[in-house]
Amino acid sequence: MFDYQLSLLTVMGINAIMALSLNIIAGYCGQISLGHAAFVGAGAYTAALLAKLQVPFLVSLFPAAVVAGVLGVVIGIASLRVRHDFLAITTLGVGLLFVGIIRQQPALGGAYGISGIPSHELGKGGFALFVVGIAVVVAVFSIWLKRSWMGTAFDSIADDEDTARIVGIDVPVYKLIAFAMGTTIAGVAGCLYAYQVRFIGPDSFGFVESITILSMVVIGGIGSVWGVVIAAAVLSVLPLWFQFVQDYKLLLYGTLLFVVMRFVPGGIAAMLGAAGRLIGLARAVPASQGARE
Amino acid sequence: MIYVELLVQGVLLGAIYALMAIGLTLVYGLLRILHIAHAAILTLGAYVTVVVTNATGSLALAVVAAALVCGIAGVLIYQWAYRPIIDRPLVALVASIGIYIALEELFRIVFGPYSISFEAQPLDQRLSLIGFSLTAAELVTIFGTTALVLGLATLLGRSRLGTAWRATVTAPQIAVAFGVDLEHVRRLNFLVASVLAACAGAMVAILNNVVEPTMGFVPGYKALAVIVLGGLGNVRGTLVAAILLGIIEAYGTIYLGSVMDRDAIAFAFLVVVLLIRPAGLFSKATR
Repeated sequence: MFDYQLSLLTVMGINAIMALSLNIIAGYCGQISLGHAAFVGAGAYTAALLAKLQVPFLVSLFPAAVVAGVLGVVIGIASLRVRHDFLAITTLGVGLLFVGIIRQQPALGGAYGISGIPSHELGKGGFALFVVGIAVVVAVFSIWLKRSWMGTAFDSIADDEDTARIVGIDVPVYKLIAFAMGTTIAGVAGCLYAYQVRFIGPDSFGFVESITILSMVVIGGIGSVWGVVIAAAVLSVLPLWFQFVQDYKLLLYGTLLFVVMRFVPGGIAAMLGAAGRLIGLARAVPASQGARE
Repeated sequence: MIYVELLVQGVLLGAIYALMAIGLTLVYGLLRILHIAHAAILTLGAYVTVVVTNATGSLALAVVAAALVCGIAGVLIYQWAYRPIIDRPLVALVASIGIYIALEELFRIVFGPYSISFEAQPLDQRLSLIGFSLTAAELVTIFGTTALVLGLATLLGRSRLGTAWRATVTAPQIAVAFGVDLEHVRRLNFLVASVLAACAGAMVAILNNVVEPTMGFVPGYKALAVIVLGGLGNVRGTLVAAILLGIIEAYGTIYLGSVMDRDAIAFAFLVVVLLIRPAGLFSKATR
């Protein structure tokens, strides 16, 4: 009966998980990753291949996460060598390489991808509940992480890497941990995605998708859990709201991205903060705080 | 003689990448902003070239018009979009992407999703050299790019303006202390980058005779690979890296086609180079 709404809820949940996973890498640890969709894709392809081999859904979650996580660590190690400035372009390259290589592998379906992925057997409602459950777990984990010692270490690395090093934080190790965590969660999202849409192709995980996930993080407010979740939900629904301006959909989306970034660079988190201060729910923040991106 | 033909193909590709990448490296070197919208400037240049040529019959006029329009567009993007958020590169990146998407869509809405072409293909006379032939368009691309890059290098290396520019890239505060007008340099930066992109767009339009809304994307992101290889703000290095990439792509398409997509070759090359030389092929000593 509520099929459509359940589908929508599931999509929002999956997007939230993807955005939160990138939030750990880019938001907490300041590593700009423009190829995040590749890790989602790694999880999705793993899950899809396993599903074709009759592996049950719940079991396939783990290999999907592990494959994505291992890939993340490998990329992370490689990117440690790269000059900080160029990390964004390198991750962009990795993302494009992923798509480019997958497209040429007949074993993975080539350009056509893998279709007819079996059902998760949970029913629409059950699956939606499961996805939202995972999203909640990831969100809670993110909040806990932010307040933990590791979160503080991430923060200092994002702020000023060299000073962090001087203070004794093993910067490369923490960066790798951030990568590992973020990509593992992305792999989980990929698995969920594969079961949701039942067919995946290399074009589902390209640059546009990476940018969409990044947009959710930046519009939500880099590093903010609430903001990112809201942004993910809103950006999932937006294309549907824009349905009535069918032809101008993308134009509106691009303009919106630009306008939000230009006028509210702190994203939804900043908007929430400002609203909170207006109502008196939040303390005033000194001008110097939150100046980083 | 296929090797020579592939070489020529590679050099042509490289020329286009060079024009795009030099603009990008100047912007990135100065502001640390990944100017993704630059790809839309190329497309704008291509559209203006075709439309003005079809309307007036003069290619020269069209190219000048394209340079003008794109130059102004680039400076406006800096002024309205990047300047207020200059201290937040990640935000500027997403804003740039938003601008690119919006512009790409505008082109589609105004000119239609299908391609437009020259009514009379310009510069299509063929010249025969030993073993292979070139069209006039291809020659113009090669020599035009050489002229533009040499001109830029001269400007950067031997003029007061160029010195101010290079100073601003290396040490902005000291440059300001010496009286350099930062805003002036930045606007000029975007102007030059956008004019180069306009030329790249015009050349692609003439070479392929197909102009469509998404055409800037692929050269745009390959230019990103080139600026990493060439080293920050290093015009000469970027040029060499661009040509090298073009040649590798031309040969790679034939020999690596079964392993990866043609467009992925650029980044495979980048990844391989970075594994060996993390600072890029030609960067100066890292800070």
